[in-house]
Amino acid sequence: MFKNLLSRLVQGLLVLLVLYTLTFFLVKALPGGPFQSERAMPKHIRAKMETYYGLNESLPVQYGRQLRNYLKGDLGLSFRLEGRPVSEVIAQAFPVSLQLGTLAMFLAVVIGIPAGCLAAAKRNSLIDTGAMAVAMTGVCLPAFVIGPILAECFGRGLHWFPALGWDAGWPSSWLLPAFTLGLAYAAYLSRLTRAGMLETLSQDFVRTARAKGVSPWNIIVRHCLRGGLIPAVAYLGPAFAGIISGSVVIEAVFQIPGLGRHFVKAIESRDAPMIFGPVLLYGILVILANLVTDVLGVWLNPRLRKSS
Amino acid sequence: MTPEKGTSLWTDAWLRLRHNRAAIAGLVILAVIVLACVLLPFLPGVLQDPNAQNLADKNLPPGATHWFGTDQLGRDIFSRAIFGGRISILVGLITTFVSVTIGIVWGAVAGYVGGRTDALLMRIVDILYALPFLVIVILLSVTLQPWTAKLTEWTVQAIAGTDASQAAIGGVRTWVEPITTLVPLFIAIGALSWLTVSRIVRAQVQSVASMDFVEAARSLGLGHGRILFRHILPNTLGPIIVYTTLTIPSIMLFEATLSFLGLGVKPPNSSWGVLIQEGANTMFSNPWPLLFPSVLFSLTLFSLNFLGDGLRDALDPKSAK
Repeated sequence: MFKNLLSRLVQGLLVLLVLYTLTFFLVKALPGGPFQSERAMPKHIRAKMETYYGLNESLPVQYGRQLRNYLKGDLGLSFRLEGRPVSEVIAQAFPVSLQLGTLAMFLAVVIGIPAGCLAAAKRNSLIDTGAMAVAMTGVCLPAFVIGPILAECFGRGLHWFPALGWDAGWPSSWLLPAFTLGLAYAAYLSRLTRAGMLETLSQDFVRTARAKGVSPWNIIVRHCLRGGLIPAVAYLGPAFAGIISGSVVIEAVFQIPGLGRHFVKAIESRDAPMIFGPVLLYGILVILANLVTDVLGVWLNPRLRKSS
Repeated sequence: MTPEKGTSLWTDAWLRLRHNRAAIAGLVILAVIVLACVLLPFLPGVLQDPNAQNLADKNLPPGATHWFGTDQLGRDIFSRAIFGGRISILVGLITTFVSVTIGIVWGAVAGYVGGRTDALLMRIVDILYALPFLVIVILLSVTLQPWTAKLTEWTVQAIAGTDASQAAIGGVRTWVEPITTLVPLFIAIGALSWLTVSRIVRAQVQSVASMDFVEAARSLGLGHGRILFRHILPNTLGPIIVYTTLTIPSIMLFEATLSFLGLGVKPPNSSWGVLIQEGANTMFSNPWPLLFPSVLFSLTLFSLNFLGDGLRDALDPKSAK
């Protein structure tokens, strides 16, 4: 188990290196440069800037130096935000994205898994069909369609929540964006949970339990939940990854000042250091999420423990 | 006594699919939308110019001349939705083709060759799986953007010939350009969305490769390529078809997401994602430009998902009880 975890950790570092390399070359190949604005910059100033940021050195040199800086924890300075440290921008914007993502993940799990269990327990009933129809809607309606509709109905129509924006101290402004972000994942989780539970419910030990007179509630909760949740739990890592990068879209819909906004703007303005920061951060989060998922999976499924 | 006629896997599957109402409904709706988007632009007089602005007729509700109403520039939403749908469907199909082709070849080679090759190929898949997908696709599509101009020139010349008249070149360009500007999207999304296909194909190929008829083919002296592509892959078609049906909607969703962020399809081209984004900007004053493209887009995704689920049940006899 421990050895397995260690090898996953090593693989995670390898993934980060690949991610860094890929981003490095993609950013270098981006059309246009950070200093090619409409207002032409005098040549000598531009040359000075490029020397300052080390943009006139050979690619391998830049690659190595930048990697060393990142290993030291130095994320560099943003071009677009006139030399503000990238770490400062991230420290300011990331908590918003993280809050949004965590709440969305929480909503997805709290809505998706019970709905899937209920649908499986009442198979082929109205509840099952209804829940799965809602889940299909959640999978098919993109966030950028649901978002504006929710903002229109609950924000401008009923005035229950603010329609746009983000107020760190005011949780009611978190709910609509987080729900919009989490809905698709809630839907997918409920489908996975239902399938997993149905599989478990059809096994022989469940028939034995029924014959012994165990109550339906106990069969679901005490006998089947652990096995039935395996597919859903295996999806939690990818779901978290999707939610974290999906918040780029939600932040655009609800005009939330999170990291995703900075990332999109950084790409538009070719602000290389500001592209790297979020990409590497997203990468680390995805790797951590997958690691946690693996551990949870082993905990739920004893068969995995023997093989490792 | 007449011998009982056997039914093939495909006949069985069709019989099962026919009884799945949701899947058939999906198939019909899908056919209607796709046919409308493909055929209507070629019928004269049905559609108006999707980019023609008419400020006198702006923000009209649905009516007899403008079936879906008009947007804030007086453009006909019905025409825009149909032309946008054509682009969305095109991107969905071509990108899925790119993605599934890579996935099949990658997975088939890994599963058939096995050993170290398999370990290496699958390790690469593991690593790519752990990348933040949306972020990489955004970067990749923006990076590939400047190549489209060159690609357009090159394709136009290849089709029209170097010594063609200006008019002929312009004529070719009008239909080549909208497609070549989409190529970065095909590549960016296709290059990273084949991972799941490759895993599925690998598992299938592994299980089929150990069967006796493969042994027979080998003892007949057939080459590896022939065994793999003529004997093994056709036996794995079921899961591939199912997964392809389910890949198309996720890729269309992806294209729409990129376009919504302003990083995908660029004006004057439009796709459902672009239309939804434009509609969302004006939805408080005029909801129709948001409503109709959203409904068409969601209906398409619904249909593809229901059809995919139905196909899975139909092609996998174990799951259809």
